[in-house]
Amino acid sequence: MRPAVDGIRPSRLWPGDVVRGGAVGLRTRPLRAVLSALGIAIGIAAMVAVVGISSSSRADLDRTLDSLGTNLLTVSPGRTMSGAEAKLPLRAEDMVARIGPVASVSAIGEVADTNVYRTARIPEAETGGLATYAVRTDLRATTGARLRAGTWLNAATARHPAVVLGATAAERLGVGRAAPEVRVLVGGEWFTVVGILRPAPLAPELDVAALVGWPAAQDRLGFDGHATTVYTRSADADVAAVRSVLGATANPAAPNEVEVSRPSDALAAKRAAGEAFTRLLLGVGAVALLVGGVGVANTMVISVLERRTEIGLRRALGATRGHVRTQFLAESLLLSALGGTAGALLGAAVTASYAASQGWPPVIPPWTLAGGLAATVTVGALAGLYPALHASRLPPTTALATP
Amino acid sequence: MIELTNVTKTYAGGVTALAGVSLRVAAGELVAVTGPSGSGKSTMLHVLGTLDRPTSGGVRIAGYDVGALSDAGLSALRAHRIGFVFQQFHLAGGTTALDNVADGLLYTGLRPAERRRRAVRVLHRVGLGHRMEHRPHELSGGERQRVAVARAAAGDPPLLLADEPTGALDTASGARVVELLRELNEAGTTVVVITHERELAAELPRQVRLRDGRVEQDGAERDRAERDGVRA
Repeated sequence: MRPAVDGIRPSRLWPGDVVRGGAVGLRTRPLRAVLSALGIAIGIAAMVAVVGISSSSRADLDRTLDSLGTNLLTVSPGRTMSGAEAKLPLRAEDMVARIGPVASVSAIGEVADTNVYRTARIPEAETGGLATYAVRTDLRATTGARLRAGTWLNAATARHPAVVLGATAAERLGVGRAAPEVRVLVGGEWFTVVGILRPAPLAPELDVAALVGWPAAQDRLGFDGHATTVYTRSADADVAAVRSVLGATANPAAPNEVEVSRPSDALAAKRAAGEAFTRLLLGVGAVALLVGGVGVANTMVISVLERRTEIGLRRALGATRGHVRTQFLAESLLLSALGGTAGALLGAAVTASYAASQGWPPVIPPWTLAGGLAATVTVGALAGLYPALHASRLPPTTALATP
Repeated sequence: MIELTNVTKTYAGGVTALAGVSLRVAAGELVAVTGPSGSGKSTMLHVLGTLDRPTSGGVRIAGYDVGALSDAGLSALRAHRIGFVFQQFHLAGGTTALDNVADGLLYTGLRPAERRRRAVRVLHRVGLGHRMEHRPHELSGGERQRVAVARAAAGDPPLLLADEPTGALDTASGARVVELLRELNEAGTTVVVITHERELAAELPRQVRLRDGRVEQDGAERDRAERDGVRA
């Protein structure tokens, strides 16, 4: 007889065997596997898509800010002490231009009570919410507004009944192109549409306006010559310094009646607001993931109940409790990994197609995928823990007693 | 190979399945354990197969004191020293005969390629060389049981336990399976067949009859006494 302690020792499973053992349930019940992995997939897809879409949107804003610059400052009249609307002095532009670091200055002035219509047959009340501005010819360089069609106003056309339409204004008026025969009615006079702008993110007021030359506005529309917004650009390093003196320079007599703002700040604020919303949506995705995890746990519990005979057989073949535990844990992890991978792909696809539809650069931060993977593994491990422990504790004899 | 000393097994609820069984089976024997339902046959199989521990008494299997081994140790003992054949075959559905047999060696620590090599060899030995890529539902009952025997024998265990191996088979298939068990025994494996079929038991060299948890009759008592006498 051999001695009681001989070289028999429980063996370790080969990694390939662990994966194959974990795949038994997936192979024998593919529909159930797919359905339970679907929950995880939806959760991960939701989270990846939320992060991906908000990252893409942010990347787009960053790209916009990069191309537009963050060194644009605007000056507008505020209110007087008595609450009436203030006016900027006529010389405000010249004063601002004299600030040392200011690189360029331009201005627009709202032409009061002047509406824009496509034809004379449109009822007067249907203004379309469009305003009319007198603009300087150097406005485009300072604000970064770009043309979609036609040309910008020049020294000559600024004296004539010529108009450039903002992006939204052109849409509302139903003007698709700029041509000599395309005319709109501005303040009761026919103006030829010489150009159409693209949306101007740093000067959104231009989008809903008809822009006419400064002299033309004074001659033909009764414009009073007071600027309502002065735009300035300065070197990035000097923006803060310029900002601190801008109000007093524009209106030395009443610096408190001036509003100074930095339009790029509004875009950045929009971005911050988006981030808060993203966090909320991420929470929703996490709940979906949790529900998916419960689905996997449920599947695993049923799987263990159904496969008692298999567990008993494996124990008879020499599986230790650890082997059985490993098998069911591997199955749970495989299920989750399956769902997680599908979810990540789905989320990426949703991000890519949404970004494409918005004209954004599709961005999926690598940490999203890493985080998704980590979440998947965690959910799989937690969901499989109890069923795996339960399976490993089944006595081999009970497991083999087939009903 | 097997040494049971005064083994009892009482289940929770007070049912006594084994009431003091002592049994010695030497290496190379072919033994039938018989008895009516409720006589303790199944419990005997569980104790012999180290699937269950006795309430009291000593159990030595293949030289190991079962009481001294941990659960993991018992698992290793089953993986390396004991082969099982069940009445219901317990083959994995949707898995080929070859993989079913190779998976019988899953817990021995052998490399996958070696497991397949051995599975091929043992399937040829049980006459199923032409059926290796068939799945269980494509095999007859007799063929399935031969796959199960191949799985039990793949690791060359010194002890093979068969629980009603012919219970689900017709006479001809059953005879073929018994023949296989005999061949394995002739090659040196100790085989214990648990069965309630008297005809099957009568064909085997030694019969142990259980009744109410005790050994009622041991057909080889006299033979073994002689043999032990010669050895001494």
